[in-house]
Amino acid sequence: MKRRSIWSWLWIVIGMLYFILPLYSTFDFSLRAKKGVLSFLAYQRVFEDPNFWSTIKFSLVIAIFTIIVSILLVVPTAYWIRLRLPKLRVLVEFISMLPFVVPAIVLVFGLIRVFSGAPFFLTNTYFGTYVLLVAGYVVLALPFVFRSVDTGLAAIDVQSLTEAAQSLGANWPTIIFKVIFPNLRVAIMSSAFLTLATVIGEYTIASFLVGIKSFGPYMSLIGQNKTYESSSLAIISFMITWAFMGMIQLFNRGKADTSALAGAR
Amino acid sequence: MAYLSLSNVSKVFGTTTAVEDFNLEVEKGEFVSFLGPSGCGKTTTLRMIGGFEMPTTGVITLDTEDITYQSPNQRNVGMVFQSYALFPNMTIGQNISFGLQARKTPEKEIKKKVDEMLGLVHLEKHIHKYPYQLSGGQQQRIALARALAINPRVLLLDEPLSALDAKIRVELRLEIRRIQQTMGITTIYVTHDQEEALMLSDRVVVMSQGRMEQIGTPAEIYNYPSTEFVAQFVGQLNILPVTQVNKKDGTCVLAGQQVKFDQSFERSISETPRLAIRPEEIQIGIGEGRNTLKGRVETVMFLGAVVRLRVDLGGVMLSADLFNERNITLPRAGDEVVISFPEHSCWLI
Amino acid sequence: MSSKQTFIQNNKRDAPRARPSSSGWRNWIVVAPFFLFTLLFIVLPSFSLLTRAFLDNNGKFTLLNFAGLFEPSILSAYWVTIRISLATAVGGGLLGFLMAYAVTVGNLPRAVRTGLMTFSGVASNFAGVPLAFAFIATLGRTGLVTLLLKSVLKINLYDQGFNLYSFWGLTLTYMFFQFPLMILVITPALDGLKKEWREASENLGASHSMYLRKVALPILLPSILGSMILLFGNSFGAYATAYSLTGGFINLVTIVIGSQIKGDILYNPGLGYALAIGMVVVMSVMMAIYYFLRRKSERWLRQ
Repeated sequence: MKRRSIWSWLWIVIGMLYFILPLYSTFDFSLRAKKGVLSFLAYQRVFEDPNFWSTIKFSLVIAIFTIIVSILLVVPTAYWIRLRLPKLRVLVEFISMLPFVVPAIVLVFGLIRVFSGAPFFLTNTYFGTYVLLVAGYVVLALPFVFRSVDTGLAAIDVQSLTEAAQSLGANWPTIIFKVIFPNLRVAIMSSAFLTLATVIGEYTIASFLVGIKSFGPYMSLIGQNKTYESSSLAIISFMITWAFMGMIQLFNRGKADTSALAGAR
Repeated sequence: MAYLSLSNVSKVFGTTTAVEDFNLEVEKGEFVSFLGPSGCGKTTTLRMIGGFEMPTTGVITLDTEDITYQSPNQRNVGMVFQSYALFPNMTIGQNISFGLQARKTPEKEIKKKVDEMLGLVHLEKHIHKYPYQLSGGQQQRIALARALAINPRVLLLDEPLSALDAKIRVELRLEIRRIQQTMGITTIYVTHDQEEALMLSDRVVVMSQGRMEQIGTPAEIYNYPSTEFVAQFVGQLNILPVTQVNKKDGTCVLAGQQVKFDQSFERSISETPRLAIRPEEIQIGIGEGRNTLKGRVETVMFLGAVVRLRVDLGGVMLSADLFNERNITLPRAGDEVVISFPEHSCWLI
Repeated sequence: MSSKQTFIQNNKRDAPRARPSSSGWRNWIVVAPFFLFTLLFIVLPSFSLLTRAFLDNNGKFTLLNFAGLFEPSILSAYWVTIRISLATAVGGGLLGFLMAYAVTVGNLPRAVRTGLMTFSGVASNFAGVPLAFAFIATLGRTGLVTLLLKSVLKINLYDQGFNLYSFWGLTLTYMFFQFPLMILVITPALDGLKKEWREASENLGASHSMYLRKVALPILLPSILGSMILLFGNSFGAYATAYSLTGGFINLVTIVIGSQIKGDILYNPGLGYALAIGMVVVMSVMMAIYYFLRRKSERWLRQ
């Protein structure tokens, strides 16, 4: 018993070192913008850069649209295949796993090839590229949004809940917005924050569609010529991820299913 | 000395006492049940015999050997788990041979033993199947065969039937008894189902809140419950308020009517004694040498083999079970009835 | 399957539906947006890459694009990508498994587990540009760890042939999100390892090592392999981290595809499509194996 827990501690410590060392190094580095003394100068410069705020705002707005679109797409579908179209379950599950098979770089390649030409011409306008960006992110988020919503639905016995609501005289909008959505709050919130965490600093799709308008490519640009600022950006970005994941924990009370496989690596 | 003995065994988890001062002697070949509600310490006691929990105090001996602190894999004690605990990655045959492989038994003997065990539980055809391909009842029989394959000194069964459907439960109950009798194996059986315990056991240990309440044959437990808990837990029981108790004469007054009770059986009479009587002892009508009382029928519940009446004796409610017959004429709610029961069938509690 | 479960399932099937289930087009209108969306933004793009991969510059059918995959530089890109994915899947998989094992089976305080799960959620999502920055600050030429090793242990990593912008550097960087991901996906499997199996095995006289060899490991193996395959795919398709770390100067399949999109060096659109399709094929094979393994362990652990 004793010997086993020594091994257990050993692996935990090794893993934690792997986690902490890069963060510590980055933090240490980010404080050295002023020669000879530790300071928050790099952070100050980042916060004073208007592009920092504009890009982060842009990415946040894109992320929010992504969340809204994916919830509106996934919730009714997942609900309906449980209630009425169970035959489609296999197909929908298969589709929601497709983003694993099509990596982000391939996805953006395909999106550009299809939508830059006739009949869509989406890349010809700013608005068109934003639409495309949101669509790409919805695809990226699809696996975990679907799984999260589907397990949420499994936990509430949709069939009985719907029948109960119907027998009490509720119509469809009432059922969906007053019965189903509130019961899925945890599932929706946790997939929303997971989407935020993946989308906010996403680079692959953003760099090809909108470039330095969004936060990921902006960070990349800073990295090319400003070393200390890039370290402070890494720390800030880490804090943002941590905050979003913390929110999920808060909603799920520790039982977080936070594996975003088709993320933005 | 008995074959298996537990003396002064207790188990404390943190601040809660799971088992307190437990003493038990089991003879070779005996079938003993631990009966009690969940959390009464029956499973903990069983797990101490199996070696999965270490007693806080006390000694456990098996076949004159002190096994109190022996590790589970040295004990040669067979255990059947509530959840079967069959290894999902192994076939039925591999599951049964697992214990023999651990003992480095020659391959030929293992094969013979596996066939023998599968024959015992009538599942010869399934040797190459995986557990998930079998029904719950079949899985539990395999679990039994696996535990018996190692020729254990004692067989431990931890609520083995509680996860099964009612019908299969009854079927398997008979099977467990048959196998136990043919092999003559010393068996400890944990259950919360009184019917199971009464039917299977040579002796029953009734437990509550970590303490042994009573130990005895099924008939002793049912007919002469030594505590109120046992009386309430095993079978149905009316417990009625009485006044003017006269222990010398064995009389008291129940709802204004005089009643004679069994003087010879006095157990834990509290400050305010009450009268205990099983519903099935009560009949409708008068009888010679019986306590006779007047009352009014409140409800009639038809349960199949029995019909349960709730009778109002004038402020005191009483349950009476009548045996059903095809030509029974049932009283109706509101009927005035006379009920009677033998004087020796009720006792003070 | 236990009879209890069958019972429940039957019950569900017997339950009457709220309304007849085949009430026609109305049913389909609810799911139509989902299918339309996935058709437009997943199927169509993939299909367009697939058809273009078989066309030459003049729009005629050709297999030459795929022949291009066998050029040495492309083969080497696949080879490096596979090596990195394999190394991080196995390395990250092992470390993640051992850590998850420690907090599930190896009796550590409950708080350690909660902490580790939060950490894994964060770390597995911390990738791309900021991760590259973090590793530059750690193992770059003037990184903290590089300097520490130089001053304390007198080891100069970069003299030893280490380079953050090559195979080992990228492998170490990917590991940062790989092992936490392993923790997240393997923990449910470890939780599924019933205490009763260990007790039954002990009860039947088996030693701890026999239990590990014959019960625990075989039961976990499909999950471990399946999770490692997920990790493999995760790093196989990674682009952002590699691109920001090396500035595009590493020969990975994703990086080559990226430069084909931009149309810079050695622009050959046909080859780009073939590369993308090659990638989808590799990922599909991985997912197929993953599903096969997952079904196997789910069947075992159904109860």
